[in-house]
Amino acid sequence: MSQNLLEFKSVSKSYADNQVLKDVSFDIRPGEIHALLGENGAGKSTLMNILFGMPVIHSTGGYEGAVELEGEKVEIKSPFDAMALGIGMVHQEFMLIPGFTIAENIKLNREIEKKNMLNSISSRLFGKRMKTLDFKQMNKDARAALDRLEMNIEEFTFVAGLPIGYMQFVEIAREIDKTGLKLLVLDEPTAVLTESEADSLLSAMRIIAAGGISIVFISHRLNEITAVADRVTILRDGELVVTKDVKDTNALEIAEYMVGRKVSIERASDEARKLDDEIMLSIKDLHVAMPNERVKGVNLEVRKGEIFGIGGLAGQGKLGIANGIMGIYESRGDVFLDGKQMALGKTRKMLSAGVAFVSEDRKGIGLLIEEPIDDNIMFTAMSIHSEFLTSLRLSDKNAIREHARKMIKELDIRCTSEKQHTGRLSGGNQQKVCVARALTQKPTVLFVSEPTRGIDIGAKKLILDLLLQLSREQGMTVVMTSSELAELCSICDRIAIVCEGEVAGILPPDAPPAQFGLLMSGVKDFEGEVAS
Amino acid sequence: MINNDSISVGGKLRAFLLDKIVMIVFLGFVVFGFIVSDTFTPSSFTNDIVTRFFRNGVLVLALIVPVMAGLGLNFGIVVGALAGMLAIVFVRYHYTLFPGIGGLLLCFAIATPIAILFGFLTGKLYNKTRGQEMVASLIVAFFADGVYQLFLLFVVGGIIPVRWGHRMINPVAEGVRPMGIRSSFEMGLPAGEMTGRGFGDELPGMARALNNLWRIEFVYALLAVAIAAFAFLVIRRVYMKKNPASGMREPLWQFCVKSAICGAVLLFAIYSSGVIYYWYNVLANTPDINRLDHLPGISNFAVEISRIDRFPVVTGMVIAAIGLFIVYFSKTKLGQDCRSVGQSQQIANVSGINVDRTRIIATIISTVLAAWGMIIFLQDMGHVSTYTVYRNIGFFSVAAILVGGATAAKASVKNAMLGLVLFHAMFIVSPAVGMFLFDDGNAGEYMRTFMVYGVIGVSLGLYVWKALKASKAKFRLDDAP
Repeated sequence: MSQNLLEFKSVSKSYADNQVLKDVSFDIRPGEIHALLGENGAGKSTLMNILFGMPVIHSTGGYEGAVELEGEKVEIKSPFDAMALGIGMVHQEFMLIPGFTIAENIKLNREIEKKNMLNSISSRLFGKRMKTLDFKQMNKDARAALDRLEMNIEEFTFVAGLPIGYMQFVEIAREIDKTGLKLLVLDEPTAVLTESEADSLLSAMRIIAAGGISIVFISHRLNEITAVADRVTILRDGELVVTKDVKDTNALEIAEYMVGRKVSIERASDEARKLDDEIMLSIKDLHVAMPNERVKGVNLEVRKGEIFGIGGLAGQGKLGIANGIMGIYESRGDVFLDGKQMALGKTRKMLSAGVAFVSEDRKGIGLLIEEPIDDNIMFTAMSIHSEFLTSLRLSDKNAIREHARKMIKELDIRCTSEKQHTGRLSGGNQQKVCVARALTQKPTVLFVSEPTRGIDIGAKKLILDLLLQLSREQGMTVVMTSSELAELCSICDRIAIVCEGEVAGILPPDAPPAQFGLLMSGVKDFEGEVAS
Repeated sequence: MINNDSISVGGKLRAFLLDKIVMIVFLGFVVFGFIVSDTFTPSSFTNDIVTRFFRNGVLVLALIVPVMAGLGLNFGIVVGALAGMLAIVFVRYHYTLFPGIGGLLLCFAIATPIAILFGFLTGKLYNKTRGQEMVASLIVAFFADGVYQLFLLFVVGGIIPVRWGHRMINPVAEGVRPMGIRSSFEMGLPAGEMTGRGFGDELPGMARALNNLWRIEFVYALLAVAIAAFAFLVIRRVYMKKNPASGMREPLWQFCVKSAICGAVLLFAIYSSGVIYYWYNVLANTPDINRLDHLPGISNFAVEISRIDRFPVVTGMVIAAIGLFIVYFSKTKLGQDCRSVGQSQQIANVSGINVDRTRIIATIISTVLAAWGMIIFLQDMGHVSTYTVYRNIGFFSVAAILVGGATAAKASVKNAMLGLVLFHAMFIVSPAVGMFLFDDGNAGEYMRTFMVYGVIGVSLGLYVWKALKASKAKFRLDDAP
């Protein structure tokens, strides 16, 4: 007999050669709120995918280790197995049908059928699914579930048009309406909520837990974790860092566990660099409507020749900044380049003013996948600066070939020739082509977003070294956005951490890891200490 | 403040007009046709509408279930219609074995399994062309047409032996192998209308076989329908008052307007039924005369009323039964699954609903109803153009339901009924409008074509435009989230 509800025992998981979970063990007790915390890519989602038997796990060779529910080893092969075992989840994207009522959504595919003569006849004639539904009973059950959450909205209201906070409650009501629910996983439930909505969610969580249902609470908001959770488990790079009682720890310590000590590694010898005081790029109250990466009022000043890092967790808006300035998404605010105000949303004007952009969406807007390398490197310079054109404005084949070969050599792009289609290249080489294109524009300011995402270590190092070289030798101003704090710290002069669409704070690369962690988690009130 | 309010009222009005634009244009067209033409009498117009309503009713109803399941407007009902065609050709070929209403029932029996098979295959295709179902349904209709023609023109006779000199088969010289079904044939006159001349007239045929089973005076039927509708309105009102949780709501003014219309029809039906009853009872003493207008002293009103064709009760009941079935279906577990799948395949799938299977069942239901609809259509027409009559079924039915206020994502029995009346009213007045505008009755044919494709184009365009606007909202700065 075990007193634990759920236990992960030495769980490991690899996708091909990439190990995403290493020997993770922890347990969840009945009726506790257990916070699960970690940066992007720490392994939270993989762990939950295993718990829910998602197809992605089984189609990639399963996992090692064991999952035990109430002391017995369980094999969860599909989300329905998980449901049958009493494990429920509220996803980040709502699984609600807007055209249905709250009750219909709560009872989705668990509808109650009427028991009457007509139904038994028609089900015998035409099959089980031809039974009519007992909407009265469905409404009654939905009412009961909503009452348990102390939610007094009418169960026959349509979901379309409900405030987002209510939708979250409907999702939770659906889970607790399922009979035999033992464990409820909430994935970033407060991310989309207003403060007061988040507060009522936290109190609802306490009610549920008090009713004997355990909750796994995935969140990066440290103040919420310390407010509501009993214990916290922190993952980092696929490994278990620690499981602790929340009352024995504090936000600072948790942040430090989350970010770890890796940030101080391999920073090139700091030659006590003097930065120009001249402001190259100034951003005032920038709002960007990038889906999932909304920017809600960012103010930044980037100095000339500096490498400025923008970090933060996924979905907080760090990627929106560069995309908004370059006019990929609708945006509002003031951007000054070298003192001159720039028109937002005019990509062409930005490019001709000497701003280049290496997008995080390599295959979408970074490259023309069906075109050869040389055209990819050249096309922006051709159309913006009218370079590589003959006097008749046809493309100058010789100049293009020469420049493409030079870039291929300089950036070490591994390819058969400059005529190879970019779609055939590896991720790292595609990224080098993107960088080559940006450099061909001879920019004064270079935006690079996620430059090392999905590429191998060799290419990673080459690209980071290149950025460093551009800044030091050519005085180029580089704004690098990245999810990997380590690489930001390795080359940036200053790093802004974006949280919930705003700049939470700006830190030097050698700041203690806990401070990065706190900023990422939206805790701002320690700033006094940092300054000192 | 005031400014804001007036904008929102204006905006509401604009949204309403945009929503109902197709219906409003059609209504305007019909009213215009009435005004400019002097050829319509109330009775001739009613006759035309009623005939076309019963002829096309089931075909339009066949469109509802696929819309519910998120497949959009199923132009592929042509495939179902072809199943009905095959059954009719078979039964008509063996007309000596299966005369009259028995033959017609056999048509239904043969068409159903064929339509289930066709519907299954079409549903499979829709699952493979996810997101493009409407385009796929258009193309599958053309493709099925080709296969159908190949079958009836070359396989019949070429592989399946047929009798030389049969009236269904293309005539050839003696000694030449007979091949292919003729490009047109008759359904054969029903028992009461037989003349003894022409093909198959030695035996009762299938034309109007269903319609003629039981006919009553039109105004009596109107009386019955008006009473039923009024009772329905009242019962529903009471139900809604007693069960606020049902989610059904109806503002009082709507109920009043509906009741008033119902009441007016009811009063008219009571009065005209009385008139007709009185005159027929007079008539009962003079059995030789079968039209009222031969009687001396009869009012114009009574004559006009008597000119409306007698009401085909059984066909009406079939359409009503199918309409009720669709309403019942939407309240079953399968119907609920259809709606879930229609709203979001991903969410339905995550909830454990078998999305593909549900979509195939929806397609099968639509295809079977289309096959039945085609048979009802042809028994009413009486004349069959073997290779063309089914071609426009998809377009016309889709146009009709769209005029009734349906979209690619939402359709109801009400939309189908309203659309049938409005759409065919347009068809009927088109020649008159053509005559008025271009001094040429043939231009009416142009008007019809223009209106049919116009309504499909405008409705689908509006629908896509609205969907695009909604999806763009999340890229907008000041919209949530």
